[in-house]
Amino acid sequence: MSAPTTQVPPHAIRAQNIRKTFGPVVANARASLDVTLGEIHAVVGENGAGKSTLMRMLAGIFPPDEGQVEVNGRDVTGWSTRDAIAAGVGMVHQHFMLVPTLTVAENLILGHELKRGIQLDRAAAEQAVRSLGAKTGLVVEPSRLIADLSVGEAQRVEILKVLYRGANILILDEPTAVLSPPEVQDFWRVLRKLKSDGGTVVLITHRLDEVMEISDTVTVMRAGETVGRVSTRDASPASIAKMMVGRDVVLAADRVALGAVKAPVGPPAADLPPPTRASLELRPPTPSIALQVRDLVVASPRREREVDAVSFDVHAGEILGIAGVEGNGQTELIEAIAGLRPASTGSISLGNFQLTSHSVRQRTDRGLSHIPEDRQRRGLILEYTIADNLILGQQYEFSKRGVLDRRNIDANASTQIKGYDIRPPNAVLPARALSGGNQQKIVIAREMGRPFSVLLAAQPTRGVDVGAIEFIHAELLRAREAGKAVLLVSADLVEVLALADRVAVMYGGRIVVVVPRAEASAEGLGPYMTGATKGAA
Amino acid sequence: MKEKLLPTLIALTIAAVIGDILILSFGQSPGDVYRLLLEGTWGNAYGFGQVLYKATTLAFTGLAVALGMRAGLFNIGAEGQLAFGGFSAAIVGLWLPAGTPAVLAVPLCIAGAALGGALVGAVPASLKARFGASEVIVTIMLNFIVLAFLNWIVATKLHVAELLHTPDIHAGAVARLSSVIPGFHGSAANFIVLLAIAIALFVGWYLFRTREGYELRAVGLQPAAAEYGGVRVGRIWFRALVLSGALAGLGGTNYVLGYKQYYEEGFAAGAGYLGIAVALVGRNHPLGVLFAALLFATLSQGGLAVNAVVPKQMVEVLTAVVIIAVAASVPEVQRLLRVSRKPA
Repeated sequence: MSAPTTQVPPHAIRAQNIRKTFGPVVANARASLDVTLGEIHAVVGENGAGKSTLMRMLAGIFPPDEGQVEVNGRDVTGWSTRDAIAAGVGMVHQHFMLVPTLTVAENLILGHELKRGIQLDRAAAEQAVRSLGAKTGLVVEPSRLIADLSVGEAQRVEILKVLYRGANILILDEPTAVLSPPEVQDFWRVLRKLKSDGGTVVLITHRLDEVMEISDTVTVMRAGETVGRVSTRDASPASIAKMMVGRDVVLAADRVALGAVKAPVGPPAADLPPPTRASLELRPPTPSIALQVRDLVVASPRREREVDAVSFDVHAGEILGIAGVEGNGQTELIEAIAGLRPASTGSISLGNFQLTSHSVRQRTDRGLSHIPEDRQRRGLILEYTIADNLILGQQYEFSKRGVLDRRNIDANASTQIKGYDIRPPNAVLPARALSGGNQQKIVIAREMGRPFSVLLAAQPTRGVDVGAIEFIHAELLRAREAGKAVLLVSADLVEVLALADRVAVMYGGRIVVVVPRAEASAEGLGPYMTGATKGAA
Repeated sequence: MKEKLLPTLIALTIAAVIGDILILSFGQSPGDVYRLLLEGTWGNAYGFGQVLYKATTLAFTGLAVALGMRAGLFNIGAEGQLAFGGFSAAIVGLWLPAGTPAVLAVPLCIAGAALGGALVGAVPASLKARFGASEVIVTIMLNFIVLAFLNWIVATKLHVAELLHTPDIHAGAVARLSSVIPGFHGSAANFIVLLAIAIALFVGWYLFRTREGYELRAVGLQPAAAEYGGVRVGRIWFRALVLSGALAGLGGTNYVLGYKQYYEEGFAAGAGYLGIAVALVGRNHPLGVLFAALLFATLSQGGLAVNAVVPKQMVEVLTAVVIIAVAASVPEVQRLLRVSRKPA
């Protein structure tokens, strides 16, 4: 089939004309993927572009409706996961599949137990983990419990598990989403090592800087279809982004995000789109303190000081960015400010208003808006319509004498859907039916499309596509211009560096460093994020 | 809406087919037996009256369970709440002097029933809201306590000699339908059926049109999101369980005010538990609950009608098949529909 004129390197994976439907929904149509043996191949695309569906067919989780899948030159269309593993194809999912109460070694050999008589040969299992770790650079202490590992370590175990079963074609679904920048760098080293040992890696990602940094070849998917396959050398972030969304994109974080993490931090975005909505009253930035947190201690069921004596101010017209690896108290901090978790000690003030022990509703009424980190659990009621979701937290304002004011709710929905370009623009659709980016737009519309003075934005662009990221970044900057105080928490350091006026790093429940943006860089902050450097708060 | 109805309809069809097989196993023609069942229920005024009467109690207990479900709570206590509601209605009717005008006595007795049910509901409600105690366990245990208490108090303090029921109430009796439509003569159907319909409409309005209903459903679907939206989850739990108790309690009026004019031990006879099935088949929607109440009442009354050709137990088996089929359909078919709507 392929032209014999050039020396085409052998294909590890070749998928052609793949079509997969789920009921009426077409997840993949005319999707294809050519992965050369021994390369690192990135698959990029917006949410719902069909990347994961395609990968799952490669891994044998379900068969395609049409089309052909070849692995190492063999037609394997419609194979099972068992066949895939036997053929050396292993997939690491976005959500870990480990048993938290077992050790690293026990997880690794689960289903392939090494036995001595009827006893588990623990020593041999641990030895296997060590030697595999030494070989690949994926070092984890085999006798530790999964429950005690950090997310990055758990991910190493996932990959070790797949390698242990003999995989030489590795499919990774958004592996870096949970890692800090230094961990990402370690991770790249591991992938390069695997590659130099003859392994093949297919990597799904949202992040173009990662594509540029690690991959040899990029496949771009849009709306279930493969729209391009280019050599990374010949591509630029802008050209890839354009292929992904089918138009030119301006990322607020462009200047930093797309070059490389090493690029200097850009100037404050001056090219904001002009504010159009009347609901944001424009005020010049003032130096007044909009949100003040003093010596805040927050407990969780796991730890007594999940947030450990944290103090900071956010001024009106300022974005304070909190960077840090997830699980270092950011969630608890935000939830305590929002009123979803009690503060053990310390105080929280909104302007002159002390709200340390006030209810969620009282805080909302005082001008606090909150984009929660987990929109599908907290931010939205997935079965509720778009219109009903747009009033969550505002149900008192949208009812008269206890009865919902339908007319007002519908009017609000059509305004917000237009103003924030929520698609599809149908107010009676359940939120569940929308893509991640559009779900997030509902939350943004609700929290930012009403008067507020302080915005808590937790992981505001997590899991949303490039187009929506661009939009959300612009909204955050516009809120800042309008004199709002924004507390931005993001695991994505690049995002924090691109948006924040000051950057703080949280580690172990404390704010370990605060620097103005001009002095902030990924290299400078990285050590704080891993606890390697302890700074003065 | 169509998506929600489809699984139930499929399940009911499957149940009907299993019913066919059962009937065939008795050597009877399914067509004949189903015709007999329909003739004995919807085919004549008396049978239909009995269906209406049975459906009325089931509508109340079904609404009670459905309202709890909407808040994410499983109220298994409808049985005890129903009995206590009936008892409370009787107490009010006994306490009122004879000759109290019906416009006053009937609402008072009805209010008594609601209050009685609400009181029983308040026990799991406060334990749940305050300590997070599982309402499932509390309501199950409370059923035994309430029923035993009622048996004791009726047997020792309030009964008519030689019988296990209270004396007739002095006021608060509700007229039978036969007083207006003579065709219903002999059936227990009474005007409480109108109350059931009105209450179903009220519950629908409350759930889907009021702010509190919005909050209640939010708590049932995603408590974390409701909390984020400023809803006090514990308070909603409390209200939902109290209201659920009141709805079940209202069911007691059908027997006590509309049928016998006294409280009798064991009158609930499983109607509280059957309310769970009614809510399930009715998909926790008030109109669905009314439909499901009619369905189960038809099966119950139809069992008597076909008793001559097949054992009455056959219809009980059929009722169980309906419940199992619908229960199985709920998560399974729904998940399939959901997957097809939105791929990974």
